Amino acid sequence: MNILSLFVLIPLLMMAGLFFAGNLKQIRCVVTIGASLLLALAIGLVIAYLEERSAGETAEMLFTADTVWYAPLHIHYSVGVDGISVSMLLLSAVIVFTGILASWKMELLPKEYFMWFCLLSVGVFGFFISVDLFTMFLFYEVALIPMYLLIGVWGSGKKEYSAMKLTLMLMGGSALLLLGILGIYFFSAAAGAPSMNLLEISRTHLPVESQRWIFPLIFTGFGILGALFPFHTWSPDGHASAPTAVSMLHAGVLMKLGGYGCFRVAIYLMPEAAQELSWIFIILTGISVVYGAYSAIVQTDLKYINAYSSVSHCGLVLFAILMLNRTALNGAVLQMLSHGLMTALFFALIGMIYGRTHTRDIREMGGLMKVIPFLGVCYVIAGLASLGLPGLSGFVAEMTVFVGAFQHTDTFHRVFTIVACTSIVATAVYILRTVGKLLYGPVLREEQSHLADAVWYERLTAILLIAAIAGIGLAPLWLSDMIRESLLPIIEHFQ
Amino acid sequence: MELTPIILLLPLLSFLLTGLAGTKLKPAAAGGIGTLSLALSALLAYLTAGRYFSTPRVEGVYEKIVPFNFEWLRFTENLHIDLGVLLDPISVMMLVVITTVSLMVHIYSLGYMKGEKGFQRYYAFLSLFTFSMLGLVVATNIFQMYIFWELVGVSSYLLIGFYYTKPEAVAAAKKAFIVTRFADLGFLTGILLLSYHTHTFDFGILTSGDSGVFAGAAGTTFLGCSVISWALSLIFVGGAGKSALFPLHIWLPDAMEGPTPVSALIHAATMVVAGVFLVARLFPVYHAEAPEVLTGIAVVGAVTSLYAAIVACVQTDIKRVLAFSTISQIGFMMVGLGVSGMGGHDGLGYMASLFHLFTHAMFKALLFLGAGAIIHAVHSNEMARMGGLYKYMPVTHLTFLVACLAISGIPPFSGFFSKDEILAATFQFNPVLGTILSFTAALTAFYMFRLYYRIFWNRPAHYDHAPHEAPGSMSFPLIFLAAITLVAGFIPFGQFVSSDGVAYTIHLDWKIAGGSVAIAGAAIGLATLLYRKENPTAGKLAAAFPLLYRAACKRFYIDEIYLFVTKKLIFNGISRPVAWFDRHIIDGALNGAASLTEKLSLAIRGLQSGHVQQYALLTLGGTLLIVLGILLV
Amino acid sequence: MEYYLVISTIMFFAGVYGFITRRNLLAVLISIELILNSVDINFAVFNRYLFPDQLEGFFFTLFAIGLSACETAIAIAIIINIYRNIRDIQIKNLNRLKD
Repeated sequence: MNILSLFVLIPLLMMAGLFFAGNLKQIRCVVTIGASLLLALAIGLVIAYLEERSAGETAEMLFTADTVWYAPLHIHYSVGVDGISVSMLLLSAVIVFTGILASWKMELLPKEYFMWFCLLSVGVFGFFISVDLFTMFLFYEVALIPMYLLIGVWGSGKKEYSAMKLTLMLMGGSALLLLGILGIYFFSAAAGAPSMNLLEISRTHLPVESQRWIFPLIFTGFGILGALFPFHTWSPDGHASAPTAVSMLHAGVLMKLGGYGCFRVAIYLMPEAAQELSWIFIILTGISVVYGAYSAIVQTDLKYINAYSSVSHCGLVLFAILMLNRTALNGAVLQMLSHGLMTALFFALIGMIYGRTHTRDIREMGGLMKVIPFLGVCYVIAGLASLGLPGLSGFVAEMTVFVGAFQHTDTFHRVFTIVACTSIVATAVYILRTVGKLLYGPVLREEQSHLADAVWYERLTAILLIAAIAGIGLAPLWLSDMIRESLLPIIEHFQ
Repeated sequence: MELTPIILLLPLLSFLLTGLAGTKLKPAAAGGIGTLSLALSALLAYLTAGRYFSTPRVEGVYEKIVPFNFEWLRFTENLHIDLGVLLDPISVMMLVVITTVSLMVHIYSLGYMKGEKGFQRYYAFLSLFTFSMLGLVVATNIFQMYIFWELVGVSSYLLIGFYYTKPEAVAAAKKAFIVTRFADLGFLTGILLLSYHTHTFDFGILTSGDSGVFAGAAGTTFLGCSVISWALSLIFVGGAGKSALFPLHIWLPDAMEGPTPVSALIHAATMVVAGVFLVARLFPVYHAEAPEVLTGIAVVGAVTSLYAAIVACVQTDIKRVLAFSTISQIGFMMVGLGVSGMGGHDGLGYMASLFHLFTHAMFKALLFLGAGAIIHAVHSNEMARMGGLYKYMPVTHLTFLVACLAISGIPPFSGFFSKDEILAATFQFNPVLGTILSFTAALTAFYMFRLYYRIFWNRPAHYDHAPHEAPGSMSFPLIFLAAITLVAGFIPFGQFVSSDGVAYTIHLDWKIAGGSVAIAGAAIGLATLLYRKENPTAGKLAAAFPLLYRAACKRFYIDEIYLFVTKKLIFNGISRPVAWFDRHIIDGALNGAASLTEKLSLAIRGLQSGHVQQYALLTLGGTLLIVLGILLV
Repeated sequence: MEYYLVISTIMFFAGVYGFITRRNLLAVLISIELILNSVDINFAVFNRYLFPDQLEGFFFTLFAIGLSACETAIAIAIIINIYRNIRDIQIKNLNRLKD
């Protein structure tokens, strides 16, 4: 049995287990064991991967497996990982684990909730391990659909509207994707080697004229999930309505699917078109970065602030990808990891605070640091990570992106890098504004002066995520090297 | 065994320990851990300094040593962030200054912060700050400096906002962080530009004097200045933000909302001179590649020092007076760097500037700690609530007087020597600039003695309970720093630090020295006349120039301008419309598309009515049409 | 032969007209019967005149009559059930399944 297939199998087994679970206790037992297994598996995979590499293994993808699935269309179930997917798998495992902890107290239909949650994980993990375009697309869809129900049933606020909006927009994106993937398949067939396998297609080299129209389709399709301006509006509404753990998983991992896809499919398979057309998307992502940050300044709902901040940060991921050089791409992957952890922490904390104050409006809260010091401190740390404090992951990622993007020899790209840099000031403004209003000052409401601080599973969630953030922030070299190495085959196309 | 990394590690460990243990630790234990680790650090720093300056020079220059360095993050083959320790005369000097002042502040805070809620947190933040500041000065490359630059910014934010339930403190902390962050954007952009053209972050390569490093940028110009000039100007903007130079100074007076020892450490002695240190660190680059930027720095410094001195004359909050005085003195240091040349007598400004940095750190920390003792005694920052304190607090009084004399430039106190050298260098560069600085020096003497008399003499205020002298833990640092202030002027500073590293013997230019002492004396005399006793003349003077007085009180409306720009222009003018645009135009377009689809489907829904009879009619009609069509065609 | 066909045509169109315009389910059912019977007449007539030696047309007519009897029985059963449920057999009121 291939180690990678376990990532899909375990959530499936969890679903089966949940089906037979009788009460809340058993449900918790099943999901905790499953999530711990996934986390252990991911850590094990990282170690195994590094060992293989240091043993001199130079293949582009490791731990590969390939089974024919539907021969007439050359669809295979084909898996394999490189440094980038390994790190994304680790991120997903951490966030699935903490997400389950964060929904410990789920009371409404817990069994169904966790089943959908597991299905979502199946999609996410499956997406990152696939090297076959069709399998990848399949898992992508598997990850999207549960979102509709998770938001629509377990959400809050205008949940039906948000769920519908989110699903429709993302489905629109996947329609573009499907078109693009079929395009890739048929052009690879026309080039004499029909295949759905990423590695094989990258070798056959698609004709440039066809790249020109497929690239925008794929990039926009994945870009919608990565909150590309102007297709980002599902994100504020969706995040605001989703339950805590779903927001965490969505912003933390699902939005990364967009970045990863752009990178793995759009850039990798269509390097010429990427070089030609990148300027359009650089402008769009540049707008995302700055625009998200400025929008976040005036928001009053904690989740909206964080959602717009995600638009800005994820914009930076796509922005870095388009710079098409090794350092910037490395920065993009680091930024995905960093943003995933950071934003999951944010959403977890917002959920915890909301559970106590029953409001997310910063105008109705104040002085919470005194009342719930543990959550307050964690929120400040998350904020500092988000505004790029050295020693936390945000700094490493942003600086790699900026330095990398600035190595581009074209002045246009460098000017846009500086434009993107200005977001660090706006980020500081909205983070400090939120922290100041929410945590500092005198306690605003009488009923907020006696709230209980975090309990064990909340503490565990926060500490785990902070440890990961600080881990990347303090010792980034191994991670960055692991990713850099894997970028080599991708970057070769540009030289 | 290499000691220097330990100097940094000790405060870091103390931060982690006190920070993670939190309130589980007893306050006394937290204070003890912080103070002890810093005492050890200071000891090691002195040891390092002794060792470094006693190693023989190589070709007349103290060697730059990198005893410790490792790669932290790699960007490209050439660009990588290293973390390490660089020892050269200025970083060693800074190590001594930082550990000394920080140690004094740690000791002082044991008394000052006693019984405060969050005592442990306070010490944790102090340790964090000390660690970051030490890391900043020993940085081996410009990116390491940027890392610690951000860290000192955050620790400053945390410490200013220490009393987080006080809205003013929170606002001040936020302001400080955002203003410096804005400046840091300049710094970062400067680093990006510089590294793009030189392919290195390393200070050793940048300041090696090898012009080949900058060859990559040759010919690239923008608006008439070379790219390197632009990069260096942008880097200077970062320094200006941290060092509170005009017009980025607005955060510093507000930062006085933090606890007073913090103001002494961060906002007087160490962090705010980071900008000076930055320019000094890159001085060879500035001098060789962008002399016009240096001139700009001198002008900005002079404007800052004059502006701050004028404003300081009318402030009534004693900490604000000291804050503006700090801004003014940093302006002096910047002028010193700006007018300096390279090597020998031309490099006087550089040496003088760092000398002033050194002496200023000591006497300004002393002033702030003295002010802290006074605030501790009378529970107010306002001059009006003080007066006649000399009989209640003799130690504070005497040490404060020493510091006032030093900052006014009266021999034999330390400030005289360093300030005089700056004046000499400035006159040598440009007499107009020199005259401005001399005038500023006179203003300095005036407002410092106005402060001194209003606190210790003048009309005694009514005290609810008699003010008392500070406890031993607070008066010890005062005496210690006063002692340094007394003797520091006689340190042959030029032997250790100079622009090109070659020993330089200071000789006083008595023409300028005599003149400046005379001016300072006159200013002190005027202050004595006006403020020694309660005297209506001061009020009359203010009334005689109402416009100027009001403008100075309002700090020439700079804050209002900022408020207008941030609140009105950025918040209401950009962010709100952007958010509105997002909700109504972008999202509106999507919702519009959705509702259009809905309307369209509603419109064609009529066809699918479910009435079989209607279908039948349509079928019949359709069939007839087809039949007719077939028949006719 | 024309007379038969004219009759059946009139019956057919009367049925169609009734089917489209009647508002009562029973009337609609009667209209359907008219249509079916006109077709039955056609079968019989065409068989009689075009293929006098064969009997398929008559068989078909018999089948159709049998089927229409079944159909009517079922339809009336449905109509009675509808009437029991909502006390109405007007078509325009039978829209409960629609929304």
